[in-house]
Amino acid sequence: MFCTREWAVHQLIYAANGCVAMEKKDVPQDSNATLDGARKVVYAVDEDGKYNAVATTGWAVEEVVTSMAVDHYTYLAQEALLRARRGESSPLEYHMFTRRLNVVTLAQATGKFQWLVKRHLKQPIDQLSPKTVRRYAEALGMELSDLSRLP
Amino acid sequence: MITAESSITVNSDYVHRHAAHCESGAVSSLLRHYGLDMSEAMTFGLSSALIFAHFPFVKVEGFPLTAYRAMPGAIVKSTARSMGVRMHRERFRDPQAGTARLNELLAQGRVVGMQASVYWLPYFPPNMRFHFNAHNMVAYGREGDDYLISDPIAEHPVTCPAADLQKARFVKGMFAPKGLLYYPLDTPSEVDLGKAVARAIKKTTFVMLNTPLPFVGVRGIRYLAKRIRGLALKSSDGRYALLFIATIVRMQEEIGTGGGGFRFIYASFLQEAAEKTGESRLQEASELMTSSGDAWREFALLGARFCKKKPDVTLDQLADALLVCADYEANAFRLLRAIRL
Repeated sequence: MFCTREWAVHQLIYAANGCVAMEKKDVPQDSNATLDGARKVVYAVDEDGKYNAVATTGWAVEEVVTSMAVDHYTYLAQEALLRARRGESSPLEYHMFTRRLNVVTLAQATGKFQWLVKRHLKQPIDQLSPKTVRRYAEALGMELSDLSRLP
Repeated sequence: MITAESSITVNSDYVHRHAAHCESGAVSSLLRHYGLDMSEAMTFGLSSALIFAHFPFVKVEGFPLTAYRAMPGAIVKSTARSMGVRMHRERFRDPQAGTARLNELLAQGRVVGMQASVYWLPYFPPNMRFHFNAHNMVAYGREGDDYLISDPIAEHPVTCPAADLQKARFVKGMFAPKGLLYYPLDTPSEVDLGKAVARAIKKTTFVMLNTPLPFVGVRGIRYLAKRIRGLALKSSDGRYALLFIATIVRMQEEIGTGGGGFRFIYASFLQEAAEKTGESRLQEASELMTSSGDAWREFALLGARFCKKKPDVTLDQLADALLVCADYEANAFRLLRAIRL
């Protein structure tokens, strides 16, 4: 039934983690920390081979990749915080990463060019026009006065 | 117009249903409320929402776009063609106008579908809040300053403060919702399922097998496998490869359900279609689709192990696991192509 390539992959996985076929009783319930107690739905077959929607507390695999994405932004924010404290970049950069935005998405959210956002991230905030500062504050969901503040 | 003091409007007939995917969940809940009982899987399948696409030149957060389902909004748009339901859609330039219109519709006793950004919805788990602007949910009432929301991927109905909802509905950027509201204008009491199923499957089959681009469909999966093999050469510190794999798996499993998840929804659709139309080979295709979903989950598992830097997982193995998915899907869709409904 299996071609050799499939067989190699199957063996690898069965050796690593047992069966992962998606039957109702096999739906993972790994209590993902990233889901914070929420449950989501997956479709799985019951004993008769009929599909059902089954609630699950998460799968460890999802937790790994979601935490990676969250941690990536935390890491970028920490780097930006150090730069901002040394005066090498604007607090704006730090706030951008804590809100899980980057230059591309912040530029989209404010309707500005990426090169302009990049330049603004290097300037002190009081050099920007009030209108520009308002736009950033709105996109980041922050008060104007908090924009130049660092923790 | 209703004033803030007496502003309790609840559509008590509305029944919340927990779904796997936001858009198909929201649309199927709306349709059921307006008198057309469609399961989530049926809605998903009939709108030909299953796809695979990997575009190396479209970057999302610095990584190539990998999609396991049709563009956001496709399900809402395609109900007219697939089920004969005219869906009325409204977008707004001005946030205040959008909120006022939502209040007006709720005061009329309507239940309304909405598009919003996940990041600004306070009821989401903090670690799930990313800037994904094409989340779908249903508003069914208002209590003072809070909206009563039926979020398809939440287990129970939730509430959301007006200010947060307005912010979430009017973010800018990719897939900007522009306050999108939608509700069906009329729903037919009967849908000719045989015809609708045949048409929907034909379209999905064409996209998955015959798209003349290497980035889409079964070819797209094989193309991604090839790119994964080449990742080792690309990054010196390996961080790029790790995040690349993590992004693919995250798009697959987390963002509004995922690739493995979508394959199971589609398998469920095929099973339901087999029952409704009496074509037993659809059940066979459903089983192949289930195998494909399982193969995707195996890929995700390997991917997570790779991201955890387990030494026993290499990029070549990941690529091989993807080729298994491609083989299953090719078989499933070739079978579907052979069925004349």
